[in-house]
Amino acid sequence: MSAPDRITARFAALKAEGRAGLVTFITAGDPDFDTSLEILSGLPAAGADVIELGMPFSDPMADGPAIQASSLRALHAGQNMIKTLDMVRRFRERDATTPIVLMGYYNPIYIYGNERFLKDAKDAGVDGLIVVDLPPEEDTELCLPALKAGIHFIRLATPTTDDKRMGKVLTNTSGFIYYVSITGITGTRAADAGDVGGRVAGLRRRTDLPIAVGFGIKTPEQAAAIARVADAAVVGSALVEVIRAGLDAGGKAGTALVKDALSYVSVLAGGVRAARG
Amino acid sequence: MSAPNTFRTGPDEAGHFGIFGGRYVAETLMPLILELEEAYGAAKADPAFRAEFDYFLAHYAGRPSALYFAERLTEELGGAKIYFKRDELNHTGSHKINNCLGQILLARRMGKKRIIAETGAGQHGVATATVCARFNLSCTIYMGETDIERQQPNVFRMKLLGAEVVPVKSGSRTLKDAMNEALRDWVTNVETTYYLIGTAAGPHPYPAMVRDFQSVIGRETREQMMEAEGRLPDSLVACIGGGSNAIGLFHPFLDETSVQMYAVEAAGEGIETGKHAASISAGRPGVLHGNRTFLLQDSDGQITEADSISAGLDYPGIGPEHAWLHDTGRVNYVSATDKEALAAFKLCSRIEGIIPALEPAHALAHVIRFAPTLPKDHLMVMNMCGRGDKDVFSVAKYLGTEL
Repeated sequence: MSAPDRITARFAALKAEGRAGLVTFITAGDPDFDTSLEILSGLPAAGADVIELGMPFSDPMADGPAIQASSLRALHAGQNMIKTLDMVRRFRERDATTPIVLMGYYNPIYIYGNERFLKDAKDAGVDGLIVVDLPPEEDTELCLPALKAGIHFIRLATPTTDDKRMGKVLTNTSGFIYYVSITGITGTRAADAGDVGGRVAGLRRRTDLPIAVGFGIKTPEQAAAIARVADAAVVGSALVEVIRAGLDAGGKAGTALVKDALSYVSVLAGGVRAARG
Repeated sequence: MSAPNTFRTGPDEAGHFGIFGGRYVAETLMPLILELEEAYGAAKADPAFRAEFDYFLAHYAGRPSALYFAERLTEELGGAKIYFKRDELNHTGSHKINNCLGQILLARRMGKKRIIAETGAGQHGVATATVCARFNLSCTIYMGETDIERQQPNVFRMKLLGAEVVPVKSGSRTLKDAMNEALRDWVTNVETTYYLIGTAAGPHPYPAMVRDFQSVIGRETREQMMEAEGRLPDSLVACIGGGSNAIGLFHPFLDETSVQMYAVEAAGEGIETGKHAASISAGRPGVLHGNRTFLLQDSDGQITEADSISAGLDYPGIGPEHAWLHDTGRVNYVSATDKEALAAFKLCSRIEGIIPALEPAHALAHVIRFAPTLPKDHLMVMNMCGRGDKDVFSVAKYLGTEL
């Protein structure tokens, strides 16, 4: 990995500041390309330390209703992989430091062509990938080529990942580890911060990578509780819900949508930043 | 691609049939898939499991199903000698019970208390609800809203059997969306729940396991044909959605080079209209629901909606072993339209006194096209994999008859 890459640099900076980071998820193109780009561009100033940008997919099997709906809104508005990579490129013209991780399912990447995708993603300024349906068993498919291309491959660890399996999950993981705090789909319930603390401590004994924790975080208090035990808190469904709430009756972006989304991110960032104060 | 020495040894250890198959699932499910693979491996090697499965196939499902010489259809078409493998005579009215019995015995061995399943036409849902009732396990069936509408009798049956039927409102509200919802349930309730997949698709080990349980169809056919004609059939015909009845019939014959095989996809209103469910004829390889296979999708890799009069064939993918058998050229994948299937449905009802399900009516449509071109000593077996009781309402509606 060519040093210092944006993900490693960002987590090092957070560590130096003595605080945890806020990772925010939005779906690229939700509710439309321009609005989505405006939100994306405003996220760093609102307090997002790392950005997960969802690549919309018609059949998001591991996601709850909020992210399913955001994926469909984006697709109905004409989003596709070319536009998602273009969005990253345009973001990068104005922000050279905030890491962007593309998150989604394998099929749209596979159909775009793995080699072409990795090249175009790298050129656009993508720093990492989270591909939900590519477990370590299928590493030769995209994970190893991504690492070779200088793109981090971030893996999910879950409550069902036992000790024996954790080694396999960690082997080719890079950038950071995303600990999914519950068994279930995105945006449903939140985990108990005490349980999460124990799991994160267990993970720390196995890896030096930063550990981000997500699934079910909605309030600044929940984000702060996670920020006390992990290196970053991830908020996805709740932010996507704020975007949905900002749609007008016709399903188009309302006038306050971008402002509301970014204000919500600021509030969460406040929680994360005050957590260890 | 050069033909392998045998077509019957797949999949490899990672669940691949050539480039197809695999285990493309979220990490939460990976430990379960591995546990399932291990449990199935142990059960398969255990003579007691085999004996229990055989017992229930014989005494509960009513196997073996008959191999019936369709004499009047043969006369009508004037070519090949046509046999029906009568899997519509099984308990619950289709081949689905074979797989459900195998998997429920496995779930019980694994100590699971709650069963979930997806269903399209409702045949798999009914078969699952049936075995859950028999073995006293909690049962939740995911079914697309569109399918619930067109398969009311089966919805009622499932409820009578004690299952909870959850309407799926996402996406196209058909089989693929029901499968998405079942996967979401499974990810959430991993510890207690067994996902009883109804077709030879999904992540490894499902495609191989479902095939093994359904292969009883082909094994019986082989024996029965030897008894009736003293030789192997010349051709086999089966309809294909996910492909479990087809692989069940074909698999025991794959290495018999003299046996030709035809799998019939649903061409809906016609492949050229875009409204169809023909994944092999009109799709291309992609990754969905845990496996790589042929999928109906757009140029961005988004899955498109399948369309067929038959809810059981209305799926935008196909089992990975079929994708591989297509690639190797061992099996011929053809298609039949809604119209052709309906004509076959009517013909079979009238001259054989057998009302077929709309799914095997697609296979029959190919028989009607193909048999007349063959000599009279050509032995053809079509899998009559389901009966048409469930379809009479939707067929009446299609034909404009008020019931």
